[in-house]
Amino acid sequence: MPELSYREAVRDALATAMRRDDEVFVMGEDIAEMGGSMGVTQGMLDEFGPERVRNTPISEMALVGAGIGAAMQGMRPVVEVMYEDFLTLACEQIVNQAAKHRYMSGGQVKVPLTVRTQGGAGWSPGAQHAQQLEAWFVHVPGLKVVFASTPADVRGLLYTSIYDDNPVVFFEHRTLYGIKEEVPDELEPIELGKARVHREGEDVTVVATGRLVHEALRAAEEAEGEGVSVEVVDPRTLQPLDEETLVASVKKTNRCVVAHEAVTRMGFGAEVAAVLQHQAFDWLDAPIERVGARFTPLPFAPVMEEWVVPHAADVLEAIRRTVGRNGH
Amino acid sequence: MAKLEERQALPEEDLRDFFREMLLIRRFEEKVEERFRAGELPGFLHVAIGQEAVAVGVCRALEERDVMASTHRAHGHTLARGTPPNALMAELYGKVEGCSRGYGGSMHLYDVERGNLGANAVVGGGLPGIVGAALAFKLRGEDRVALAFFGDGATNIGTFHESLNLAQLWGVPAVFVCEDNHWAESTPASQHLPIRDLEQRAVAYGMESTKVDGQDVEAVYGATAQALEHARSGRGPFFLLCETYRLVGHYVGDPQVYRPKDELARLRETEDPIDKLRERLGLSDEEVEEVDREVTGIVETSVEFAKNGTDPEPGDALKNVYA
Repeated sequence: MPELSYREAVRDALATAMRRDDEVFVMGEDIAEMGGSMGVTQGMLDEFGPERVRNTPISEMALVGAGIGAAMQGMRPVVEVMYEDFLTLACEQIVNQAAKHRYMSGGQVKVPLTVRTQGGAGWSPGAQHAQQLEAWFVHVPGLKVVFASTPADVRGLLYTSIYDDNPVVFFEHRTLYGIKEEVPDELEPIELGKARVHREGEDVTVVATGRLVHEALRAAEEAEGEGVSVEVVDPRTLQPLDEETLVASVKKTNRCVVAHEAVTRMGFGAEVAAVLQHQAFDWLDAPIERVGARFTPLPFAPVMEEWVVPHAADVLEAIRRTVGRNGH
Repeated sequence: MAKLEERQALPEEDLRDFFREMLLIRRFEEKVEERFRAGELPGFLHVAIGQEAVAVGVCRALEERDVMASTHRAHGHTLARGTPPNALMAELYGKVEGCSRGYGGSMHLYDVERGNLGANAVVGGGLPGIVGAALAFKLRGEDRVALAFFGDGATNIGTFHESLNLAQLWGVPAVFVCEDNHWAESTPASQHLPIRDLEQRAVAYGMESTKVDGQDVEAVYGATAQALEHARSGRGPFFLLCETYRLVGHYVGDPQVYRPKDELARLRETEDPIDKLRERLGLSDEEVEEVDREVTGIVETSVEFAKNGTDPEPGDALKNVYA
């Protein structure tokens, strides 16, 4: 099996779809000659040309909206929004238009649009280039929301998102573009709404997304040294959510930590905790612990940024708290 | 500026058909006001009384394969595009037989089969989608045009500017129809537009444009035909400015405290597009009454149809969220 970086895996999913199908095209700011600010689309202009690898003005509203209009004609556009902070500029089109055309028309249209974006802290960009806003979009019926944490996942999930007949907001994490993973020779689409169990364990389930999947795996190794067996589950798709896998895991381990880089308050972990306490209440031996960023905009100074967002040590502390409550 | 070439006069038969369509819209809107006041229609409504010539002139110039997006004031556009009055009225009553199956309402009228991609309740919200539809036509090499309706108020919102810029940059076959009725809800142009000539909006993006008397259906039709031809022939998008008048309030029941008292009475005397066309055609009272009887009957029938329509099951609300 070949090894791909997360960046290469995104590119491979895009290129595979575009080779297969003229109806797929990508557009975004600086994605053509420059290859995207994260280098994801490098080389694609040469293969597919400027009509299908479309550089756009700095116009997030029109860019996402044009994707909606082309999608309603049956094309499968992939719009790159350079930073997820800039999704705020396109929110009207995503929330009021993409998510609702099918509904408001009584089912007459489909909007097979994929909006790719990335964010995440760890490189001191300050408050407007690293937010984690995925939870906002889970709150809007009509949207699907994906947050991929590994090369194999991002490849299979992005491909599926492009071929999904609904608008998908697809989150990538900035600090993951360089990580590598073995992937299948031929791209294998991954169904939306299926969680991935990264590591099986008996004592605690950590439900993590994005960068925190990797932090959770590090924490799990540490915990193992302390005699605590940790299961790490990545839902991968936030909407639809694979409740079944999460609930089954917690019924087995009886304890749960939810972990993401976004601020804890109203974060995606709050929804996971609510689902689990409702469906696995009698199986829980401890309150569900939440790990997320402190409730502040992202600061610039590296020491402050480092302190604000969660790391493996924070996940480990949460694991210890949840087992400690049961006398471990 | 694109100059209006010498306009070929439309056959009288076509103009009589336009007259009938405009009167149908007028009677439909009057009925909507009446039924709303009677408490039969849920939500709230914006009627297009006074703006019928724009709806009919523009929509009749479109080819069947073309697409359009409308605004919150959408009944006229929707009827003129060919949606049966029964289906439109049923939608206003929230019935399954409605053109949006009861999921949309007055501000979200869709009829995709007839190229109506939806009325939009967010001012300017439909414009980017029209650029995207036009982009799809261009990428596929299809001989189709995408057209957006919007008002003077929408020329102040970001989607308008981003959409015109993108459409011109990419040279897509889109037509932007501005219905300048001089009021953004209750705010007069003097309080929301720093320029008098809205064609300058198009000039700013290097886009061809023309201005037309929106109360003259023949002129609107001719200008739209030219705009469509411009877009269809690969010369890029076109901005069509229609000067029109809203001869009613912003919404049904609007007391219009913001509007000079004599303005409406004067405009109804001088700027009624239906009166103008009647005069142009020299129609007799008898001829008008005959058309009126017919369209009034259609409207009455649509109310009966709608009232006898099927209420959705409450649980149907969960359908159509995802494809």
